[in-house]
Amino acid sequence: MKNRIKVLRAERNMTQEDLAIEVRVSRQTINAIEKGKFDPSLPLAFKISRFFGLAVEDIFHYD
Amino acid sequence: MGSHYKKEREARSLLDIWMGINNSPTCFWSKISLGLQSQHSVLAVLVNTIIGVGMILMNRKYNNGLDEMQRKVTMEAMAIAMGVGVVGGTSYSMLDVANVISFDAEIGHLVGLIGITYFIAFIVGSIRYK
Repeated sequence: MKNRIKVLRAERNMTQEDLAIEVRVSRQTINAIEKGKFDPSLPLAFKISRFFGLAVEDIFHYD
Repeated sequence: MGSHYKKEREARSLLDIWMGINNSPTCFWSKISLGLQSQHSVLAVLVNTIIGVGMILMNRKYNNGLDEMQRKVTMEAMAIAMGVGVVGGTSYSMLDVANVISFDAEIGHLVGLIGITYFIAFIVGSIRYK
């Protein structure tokens, strides 16, 4: 599964640590999600999308 | 530093302390109990068991404090350690029963095997998601 988290984060000038704090996970988890190595659960995907003010399908794309 | 990270570190430290307290007596008590009365040995084992329960509860608390990816890495490492423990333990026991090995199969060896397996599986899992 691909996602636009890195781009959205860069647009807001945020670090992985900043996003990790906002959605209450570790920085390593954000890094793994960005790289596509780990697929987040539905609640975490909703948390991330809510934080960016977008729909889940605008951030995550199934290959 | 994130609050999640801080909480995780605190839980990890507490777990390390409990594991240290619980595992050290395995060797410690077995040595000093040689010079003690049997009721003292029973008391020592009882104390060790109570501390062991504390370790289990601490391990549970630590696991609940992890996020979903860390929990996945931990669960995979635990599954591998348990599998190696069951398969290795039964094989080791059978080797002892069949007198293939010259020494007795000690439970401490199995605990060591599970611990080392968990550690390696955890490190490999952590690297995989880096």
